[in-house]
Amino acid sequence: MATIFVKRPKLAWHESWFISTFAKGLKITLGHALKTFLEITGKKEKVTMEYPEQKWDDNLPEYYRGAPALVTDEQDRERCVSCQLCEFICPPKAIRITPGEIPSDDPWAKVEKRPKEFDIDMTRCIYCGMCEEVCPEQAIYLRKDYAITGESRAELMHDKAKLYQIGGKRIGLVNKWNELK
Amino acid sequence: MGHLLANIDLTFLIASVVKIVFLTFLVILPMVAYSVYAERRFSAVIQDRVGPNRTGIPLTLFGFKKDIQILGIGGLTQPMADGIKFLLKEDFTPKSVNAFYYWLAPCLTMVPALMTCVVLPFGSELRLSDLNGLLSWVYGVIGMADLPVFSSVPVPSVIADLSVGPLYTFAIASLGVYGIVIAGWASNSKYPFLGGVRASAQMISYELSLGLSIIPVLMVFGELNLTKMSIYQDANGWLLLPLWGEGLSLARWVLWIPMGLSFCIFVVAMFAETNRLPFDMAECETELVAGYHTEYSSMKFALFFLGEYAAMIIGSGLAVTLFLGGWSIPFGPLIGLGYSAGDTPLWLGLLHIGVFLGKIVFFILFFILIRWTLPRFRFDQLMKLGWMVMFELALFNVVLTAFLMWLVPLK
Ligand code: SF4
Ligand code: SF4
Repeated sequence: MATIFVKRPKLAWHESWFISTFAKGLKITLGHALKTFLEITGKKEKVTMEYPEQKWDDNLPEYYRGAPALVTDEQDRERCVSCQLCEFICPPKAIRITPGEIPSDDPWAKVEKRPKEFDIDMTRCIYCGMCEEVCPEQAIYLRKDYAITGESRAELMHDKAKLYQIGGKRIGLVNKWNELK
Repeated sequence: MGHLLANIDLTFLIASVVKIVFLTFLVILPMVAYSVYAERRFSAVIQDRVGPNRTGIPLTLFGFKKDIQILGIGGLTQPMADGIKFLLKEDFTPKSVNAFYYWLAPCLTMVPALMTCVVLPFGSELRLSDLNGLLSWVYGVIGMADLPVFSSVPVPSVIADLSVGPLYTFAIASLGVYGIVIAGWASNSKYPFLGGVRASAQMISYELSLGLSIIPVLMVFGELNLTKMSIYQDANGWLLLPLWGEGLSLARWVLWIPMGLSFCIFVVAMFAETNRLPFDMAECETELVAGYHTEYSSMKFALFFLGEYAAMIIGSGLAVTLFLGGWSIPFGPLIGLGYSAGDTPLWLGLLHIGVFLGKIVFFILFFILIRWTLPRFRFDQLMKLGWMVMFELALFNVVLTAFLMWLVPLK
């Protein structure tokens, strides 16, 4: 039989009368209080930071998932080909893309498409990184910006210009549309 | 002009007004505000958090320093920010409430809590005639030498020196429960109602053990005047620290056992009376939303809050006066800091006040520590503890004290 009978621990009289248990509880709470108090007053090294004054930005790891942004490559080409994979995978449906055609006289005409509009609603984005994961063109990346604030909903709607501004140029990626290849 | 003023008992007049203003508005109310802050900070450090540590005072706009910090503890102006916030919040009265009682309830919580402080002796006495030298110098400067000076009769540091101190306190303090019950009933909503019902049941149960627990103390003192109790303890050792004066007699040490028991019962019953965790059945956030003050907002809510803390302070004051020597300094008579009637210098009188407030602060920190240490009792456990343990224990304690006093008479 796979039944286990767990025996209730038998409490000594001083435990069931809250005497020793009470002292134990006080010891724990006072210990924590003292430790944190010393940390606050600076007698002991802190494990926390006072956020707006001190920041941890320099130590953010490479894989940090901040705000999603679009990137351009060495030739200043928009890497996004508006395949809309990210739009469809985005769990909270934060991305909205209007695809556009690249005119035939453009040097990159063979890429055929680039986004006409690309909006990410930062009030919806959950910083999951799915868009980065799914993108076949290495065009969208989660950057290290985390303090995305604004005074209106419109301000938190990142449009294409804003996205390229956050993303910037990213070199050393696969250049599958390169003439040289 | 000078003749007219000379006929007025300046000492008495100034003393009474100053005492009321001093104790209520300059001691109790700021203490209430700051115990809320202390509660938040203390609970924060217990839980390894930081707590409210920065309050931007408006002067920051003009480039003043951001926050006042003492020993690295910031946010010291938080109580003022809280107060302003409460005053500026929308004061919402739900449509379904019984408006008259709805408005009455917060006052009924706050007022009794403040009224009980009049009988607490917050210091020994102040010999204001020590200031006469300074006063006549001031009069000399303004050129009116015939103005009245303080009489040499010292001013007792208590607002009303009633001979029924503890009884008065209990009588008024138990009015506080009406505030809660009326709030619960007037809110016309089920959670406040349950909170109110619980509060009344709880108060009735614990009022008994609270009252019974101090009977042994009154038996030992043979006295109902809180001032005289403090004086006795100053000369003869605190009830729980009989180490000097008559306190070194066998009788006092034998009585230490029932006194300790009394103290425990008193403190536990006080927790229940002030609706503090682990006995905060009337609020009980996990079951009753916020209990009796669920429907209250802005300053009315704050009044409940402040009433609870004021009751805590007064309760601590009573416990300190009865068991821990009131304003007396430990080993006072031995190190020359004891009280002697009419012969206590002004600085010592002030020191006594400071000691009393210090003891209260210590007690409040203890209250807070308990709140964040113990989990809440279940309602039936609470009732069981009240009626089956505390009540019997308190009753037994009365008999025990009587027996011990008969066996080993005091004096
Ligand atoms: S960012 Fe990537 S996944 Fe999204 S539309 Fe552009 S190419 Fe496709
Ligand atoms: S990070 Fe996640 S939520 Fe944000 S845009 Fe990309 S897929 Fe959508």
